[in-house]
Amino acid sequence: MKEKNKFLFMATALLACFYLPVELLPFRNPIFEALALVRWYAREHVLLCLIPAFFIAGAISVFISQSAVIKYFGAKANKFLAYSVASISGTILAVCSCTVLPLFSGIYKRGAGLGPATAFLYSGPAINVLAVIMTARILGWQLGLARAIGAIVFSVVIGLLMHVIFIKEERARQATGDLVIGDTKEIRSLLQNGLYFASMVGFLVFANWTRPEENTGLWALIYSIKWYISLGFIVLIIIMLIRWFKKDEVSNWTSASWTFAKQIMPLLFAGVLVAGLLLGRPGQEGLIPSEIIARAVGGNSFLANFFASIVGAFMYFATLTEIPILQGLIGAGMGKGPALALLLAGPALSLPNMLIIRGVIGTKKTVVYVSLVVIMATISGIIFGVITGGLK
Amino acid sequence: MKIEILGIGCAKCKMLYENAQAAVKEVGLDVEVIKVEDMGKITDYGVMLTPALVIDGEVKTSGKIPSAEEIKKWLE
Repeated sequence: MKEKNKFLFMATALLACFYLPVELLPFRNPIFEALALVRWYAREHVLLCLIPAFFIAGAISVFISQSAVIKYFGAKANKFLAYSVASISGTILAVCSCTVLPLFSGIYKRGAGLGPATAFLYSGPAINVLAVIMTARILGWQLGLARAIGAIVFSVVIGLLMHVIFIKEERARQATGDLVIGDTKEIRSLLQNGLYFASMVGFLVFANWTRPEENTGLWALIYSIKWYISLGFIVLIIIMLIRWFKKDEVSNWTSASWTFAKQIMPLLFAGVLVAGLLLGRPGQEGLIPSEIIARAVGGNSFLANFFASIVGAFMYFATLTEIPILQGLIGAGMGKGPALALLLAGPALSLPNMLIIRGVIGTKKTVVYVSLVVIMATISGIIFGVITGGLK
Repeated sequence: MKIEILGIGCAKCKMLYENAQAAVKEVGLDVEVIKVEDMGKITDYGVMLTPALVIDGEVKTSGKIPSAEEIKKWLE
């Protein structure tokens, strides 16, 4: 019954946010901004985007055999495969930030070594499925895509660099036994799993289809029938659930999704509140004057990108809270380049996790790793800024 | 007999710890349930997906939360 109460509490809180009468406030800025931002998230992002995303993340953690992925990280694994899998498997393995560090430690000490381990450490938090969906939804698909691609490409580069820099130690180091991989047998075929996940993503994409600027053409047509398409995907999902899934699998799925919601929603809303208070909504001002932000991280200069990377690297972002914070910063005048730099350096690193990493690989390697991340994030920020025309 | 729960303290690890304690209580054996939160020790078991359940040094599951019923079977 305890879980039921928690659920009721969360639903009530959400409903309250949804109908928050912010207009009644006698005062404006910045409390007004904070509450208005909370209401905007509750209305625009929770029901159609965040909740389906929780279900997708839950499905990934329950239905996909994680051992099947981990076998590519073993001590005798093909190195090329190890790097490739390390750079993209964050989508599947790192839905919860607390899973990244044991995996990192395991790959380093017993598996494929420092290179693939760092590649995974870097890309994992940035390309987990919740982060990509929410970044694309709130900050625009360009940033979402750039975040995913940037994380994948640079994770391989950083991994290889770490391997080359410490090649002597890597050669001298003896792996202490292989990994425990466990059961890798699948219940459903790859095609079945693929169709199932495609339907969930399909629902997410069409339910969030935004109204195009012109009223004619394909996009407008899709917009006008988006609810029928979304409903179609839901029917497909239900049919698949009945035919291919066992009953306890479905209940595991629901409980995994609920665990994510419980873990992430309170933090996200706290983050939204703080971001609204300090930075305001786009076009409005919070406690911190826009001028200061525009001066520090506006445009696309080297300094702006570097500053954003450094701040991102040391600051701790709870899962997904980097998004409202960044939204506030962009609204206050942050350039697109520095925004990407912060996204690439931010969730992958923070002071607390640097300390844990240091415990695993030692001070010297940690310093090199952190520097590489900051440099890479700065460079990719500048490139992205130039591509999106942020060069001023 | 000794049960170790490996995990760096996330919500899932706590759930597994509770399940293990419930299982021990039902079986009524004198079994110690310990949390292992040190990353080095977790890695020494070869475990990468937390939470993991270790009984007398043998890794039983990793990356999953077995129910109290399942844990009971390993205890008997």
